[in-house]
Amino acid sequence: MSSAQDIEALKKKFGEAVVATVEFRGEHTAEVKLASLKEVLAHARETLGYDFLIDISSLDHFGKDPRFEMVYELATVDDSKHLRIRAKVGEEDSVPSVVSLWAGAEWHEREVFDMMGIRFDDHPDLRRILMWEGYPYYPLRKDFPLAGRPSEMPDVAFTGKAPLEGGPFVTAPGEGNPVTREPRSREID
Amino acid sequence: MVSDNNEIAHAAYDSKIEGNVIFTRVDAAINWMRKNSMWPMPMGLACCAIEMMASACSRFDLSRFGAEVMRFSPRQADVMIVAGTVTYKMALAVKRIWDQMPEPKWCIAMGACASSGGMYRSYAVLQGIDNLIPVDVYVSGCPPRPEALIEGLMKLQSKIEGEHALEEQKKEFFEELSS
Repeated sequence: MSSAQDIEALKKKFGEAVVATVEFRGEHTAEVKLASLKEVLAHARETLGYDFLIDISSLDHFGKDPRFEMVYELATVDDSKHLRIRAKVGEEDSVPSVVSLWAGAEWHEREVFDMMGIRFDDHPDLRRILMWEGYPYYPLRKDFPLAGRPSEMPDVAFTGKAPLEGGPFVTAPGEGNPVTREPRSREID
Repeated sequence: MVSDNNEIAHAAYDSKIEGNVIFTRVDAAINWMRKNSMWPMPMGLACCAIEMMASACSRFDLSRFGAEVMRFSPRQADVMIVAGTVTYKMALAVKRIWDQMPEPKWCIAMGACASSGGMYRSYAVLQGIDNLIPVDVYVSGCPPRPEALIEGLMKLQSKIEGEHALEEQKKEFFEELSS
């Protein structure tokens, strides 16, 4: 079966739970409801043969509701087909962990938790992975400034504010034209 | 030594020894010894470490300047070469290693990241290791060529020449005494 057929199979099996499907340049994406996310992924793993989890990532649609989105990149080990599953996640929601399906999901989910602050149910070891335990912010959220925020944990670590001085690489979330969306620098405090 | 043909020659004075005596200040002698045998503590944190390794290898040969003995124990090192991006997570570990180095000790901030945070103007990176430990020599570059590191080392050598061997190089010791 190809990815396109798998998408059809998912639609048939889960019906309403598959909110939308997108095909772009041979890449197949299915957006599903958070409530049936684990079921869909389990089906993809067990029945459709997606035994390789490439990556788990998350998006922050700041200013929209639901705010977050999970993205799962699936593939087969022989690399014959790829599938992307997405699910919108509200700020208060927690996401079912898929460590029981793919053991490799453990560190990906820890990274999502560390950087975006999305919580996972039934994760065996949900600790921060890049920043240290006790760091008070989630740095990849859109309302977190690139320059960082001061924090202090005696004997563990501290952070300061980096001098951006109108530096590049700044984008603002949300709609608007590129001039307002990508200013030379931006302060949110 | 008593010469055979002159019985009144001074027995206690060897005229031949004159060429082997050097008059100098203690500071100058100690600093001369210190600067030619600096054992680096390689604090390799990013790509600068590769250039630091290259400096130590045969083509550039840091041993020409007496600094080839890379010690991976801070207790045996004289100069810490901070080579790479110091993240906040790593910063206090670098500080702890620095604190374990016995005096006299010096620090070279190698490359843009160690000197100023470099291109990492972000929440995760310490904006210059001089926020935590005193730096003697900054080496520019991203990463610096081995020649640049060697020049930094030579700059440090000439800095050591002018230092007071006790007051400046044993600062922490005196601070402990006075406190």
